[in-house]
Amino acid sequence: MTALDDRPVSAADAAHVTTVTLKIRRYDPEVDPDANWQTFDVPVEKGDRLLDALHHVKWYQDGSLAFRRSCAHGVCGSDAMRINGVNRLACKVLIKDLATKEGQEILVEPIKGLPVEKDLIVDMEPFFEAFRSIKPFLITDGREPTRERLQSAEDRARFDDTTKCIMCAACTTSCPVYWTDESYFGPQAIVMAHRFIFDSRDEGAEERLEILNEKEGVWRCRTTFNCTDACPRGIEVTKAIQEVKRALIFRRV
Amino acid sequence: MTIAPAGTSGSLEQDDSRSDRLVLEKPRTRRQRPSSQRSGTNFEMYSWIFMRMSGLLLVVLVLGHLLIMNILDGGVNRINFSFVAGRWASPFWRTWDLAQLWLAMLHGTNGMRVIINDYAERDGTRFWLKMLLYTSSFLVLLLGTLVIFTFDPNI
Repeated sequence: MTALDDRPVSAADAAHVTTVTLKIRRYDPEVDPDANWQTFDVPVEKGDRLLDALHHVKWYQDGSLAFRRSCAHGVCGSDAMRINGVNRLACKVLIKDLATKEGQEILVEPIKGLPVEKDLIVDMEPFFEAFRSIKPFLITDGREPTRERLQSAEDRARFDDTTKCIMCAACTTSCPVYWTDESYFGPQAIVMAHRFIFDSRDEGAEERLEILNEKEGVWRCRTTFNCTDACPRGIEVTKAIQEVKRALIFRRV
Repeated sequence: MTIAPAGTSGSLEQDDSRSDRLVLEKPRTRRQRPSSQRSGTNFEMYSWIFMRMSGLLLVVLVLGHLLIMNILDGGVNRINFSFVAGRWASPFWRTWDLAQLWLAMLHGTNGMRVIINDYAERDGTRFWLKMLLYTSSFLVLLLGTLVIFTFDPNI
């Protein structure tokens, strides 16, 4: 399900440099207690990603701009941000898909629902706390086997989709329920629980289902599909949440 | 943040030490539910199921009601006291209306409860909005039920 943009970029397109305007939500509590918008004109090539434009700002225009990124290729999940109002990875979204006209503004904000520390950097701790609370590790009973825990290909396929999560928080911070109620587990924690609940080698399903059956668990999901739309890995998040609900109702994994 | 660190005892180190203990559990027994730490009720699940079930029933009940009251046999023009009295002479229609009243009120109240939970940010606001909601729903339910059960066609 991973979305790929395999449209070819011609050499003529790549060489053509245009200017786009980034409108970035800046916040630095040491300078100004309020957040404000700042615009930057950035020269970009056709094949550039938003992350390249942010790099240009940080390296050549304003070094005080703060954002996270590590691998810059959509694997580490560090640079999730709210781009033109939707959550995307800055390293996976192309400028040409954001600004179709020259000079068109691109809005860049930190992901919503988590406390902002500086500019585009948010405090991820509440997100990780929800992640930890669903026990994201193998739970088994009895003695450890002397060899590898084997699993059939069908059993593996059961939870394949949710193993793709890179914990970028794009889904959780796109969820309207999470925006108003931070005690909701959020889509990511449910995705990660799904990954273990439907794993035939794991025996902690009952325990995790009980955790997600709580007041702030899966029943708060309103199936708005924001999370599915936001996921840069193409995980069908809402479907995973619905499967957890079904497992709770029928008590069967 | 108010997420209960539900059973944080499940850290990886402690998980390892668990396998060293000599406990003979029955093979494949279900692990104990950590329900002692939480409410242990399935209220949210039942409320979720109720919304779907009552919604389905209400489609039939309400559409039937609208058809009878507004379209069939002259529609709204024939509705008067004797028409209502005539229908309520039959226990079937009384049951229909009673079911419609209760399902619609509980469905609506639960929906409003969910909306309040979603949109009210402070606990105090939540509490008072819900109290207002429950009180008004209770009054409407009480009044409606009273009328259906004590209706006297001879007044």
